[in-house]
Amino acid sequence: MQNKKDFNKNHRMLTLLTWAFIFLVWFLITRFNLVSHLIVPSPGEVIQTFISIVKDGYNGISLWEHLGISMLRLLIASLLAIVTAVPLGLFSGYFSKVGAVVDSIVQFYRPLPPLAYYVVLILWLGIDESSKITLLYLAAFAPIYIACVSAVSNIRVEYLLSAKSLGASGKDLFFQIVFPACLPDIFTSIRTAVGVAYTTLVSAEMIAATSGLGWMVIDASRYLKSSVIFVGIIIMGISGVLIDQGLKALEKKIVFWKGYQ
Amino acid sequence: MNNELIIEIDNLTVDYPTENESVRALDGVDLKIYQHDFICVLGPSGCGKSTLLNVIAGFTRPSDGTFLMQGQPVAGPDRQRGVVFQSASLYPWMSVRKNVEFGPKIKGLPAAEINRIASHYLDQVHLLEVADQPPFQLSGGMKQRVALARALANEPAILLLDEPFGALDALTRIHMQQLVRKIWQEDQNTIFMITHDVDEALSLGTRLLVMSKSPGTIIQEFNVAFCDRVDERTGRVHVDADYLARREEILDLIDV
Ligand SMILES: Nc1ncnc2c1ncn2[C@@H]1O[C@H](COP(=O)(O)OP(=O)(O)O)[C@@H](O)[C@H]1O
Ligand SMILES: [Mg+2]
Repeated sequence: MQNKKDFNKNHRMLTLLTWAFIFLVWFLITRFNLVSHLIVPSPGEVIQTFISIVKDGYNGISLWEHLGISMLRLLIASLLAIVTAVPLGLFSGYFSKVGAVVDSIVQFYRPLPPLAYYVVLILWLGIDESSKITLLYLAAFAPIYIACVSAVSNIRVEYLLSAKSLGASGKDLFFQIVFPACLPDIFTSIRTAVGVAYTTLVSAEMIAATSGLGWMVIDASRYLKSSVIFVGIIIMGISGVLIDQGLKALEKKIVFWKGYQ
Repeated sequence: MNNELIIEIDNLTVDYPTENESVRALDGVDLKIYQHDFICVLGPSGCGKSTLLNVIAGFTRPSDGTFLMQGQPVAGPDRQRGVVFQSASLYPWMSVRKNVEFGPKIKGLPAAEINRIASHYLDQVHLLEVADQPPFQLSGGMKQRVALARALANEPAILLLDEPFGALDALTRIHMQQLVRKIWQEDQNTIFMITHDVDEALSLGTRLLVMSKSPGTIIQEFNVAFCDRVDERTGRVHVDADYLARREEILDLIDV
């Protein structure tokens, strides 16, 4: 136990050192003008820009609104993906006929670059929220769906056989055994899915948006406001880590048996 | 001794389909199981013991022959035949108590009745104190006791145990054997148990079936009553010449 604690402490130390080193390099190359400020703004500039964006917003819209609208898009898309991909994936894994219908469609669109089908989505759904959310939704759907299909096929046979011998019907089996047995994998895939959706956020906000973190970065790039780009990227990075930490905490609480048999 | 006939198996054959040709796991098995039998099945690995149990459980369909339970053909697994596997298949997302309550709950019994049944069987396997713990915190022997209680909670007509103590250490095993013997004597259950331990079979069973490999079939049956001669305290059989002779006989049959 003591060893494990030391081990974790050592690792945290390494992480801290890594980031201290990155900041030091960043500070030094800007301090000695090794690259243009247009390409790499100094830490000081970025902090100043951050403070001014927090105070006055960007382009007349407060930072919280930019962050809020991005998070809302992410949240709606992720929730939609969870409530559709989980049942569909579990059904596909459980009833091979459903799998035969859905699998190939998911396998086809999954490797496509999101921007490629975003164009089509805009054509069909217009340039406002619905195409953006659909893009994020599709990005989040595939990992959850695929994980659910494979989770069902990995359920221990004895779980199912025991339940049948205890009198479980098809419905009992699905809701009381298959679903909870797949929950650990479902949670892992939700974390992946939210991450993937987040990475497509910038693509979604590139076209015809007027707010959002992704849009802020794209807009700043048009005017070479590199410190704004940096602020945007750092906020996205930190919020991404926070979201994942939140999901991880939720996972630990709900899927408390994960890793145990 | 004219106990009710529960299970009747006649000329049972099971073929497993494989890529090239099918594998014949069971070939012409005849077996009648009566109320309060304690059947122990012995035989070399791969001789079809688990296949026979799986047919009785309803997990595997016979390729040929008949299998009747209380006179009726069996369509699939149901609550009449409770199963315990070698590795406990407890649901880790349910507490110990919820695991035991699973069968009665599925049956739709009233809550008070479900609670009473779970408490009764948890008490019978001496696990009331850990009822609210998740099963993964328990030792191997405790897990098997929960699995036993879960199967018993449905009050099945027959209990099917596939090497239930195979993964346990020697001492825990003796305690488990004592427990199962006691339950069998008190509740008058009918048990069909697979084991690879001749002493376990001799100290528990009333009927020992010895199976052979290719053809996978029952080659001999022994009717024994050593379970009546078990020391209450140690859980061990008083070994005598009769016991040793039987033991030799069975080992010779398995060893060929
Ligand atoms: N699902 C299966 N598919 C193909 N062959 C199987 C299957 N299950 C068991 N067998 C084969 O059937 C034979 C009997 O197996 P089993 O009943 O598990 O034996 P035992 O429990 O006595 O060790 C073995 O040769 C085994 O390889
Ligand atoms: Mg076996």
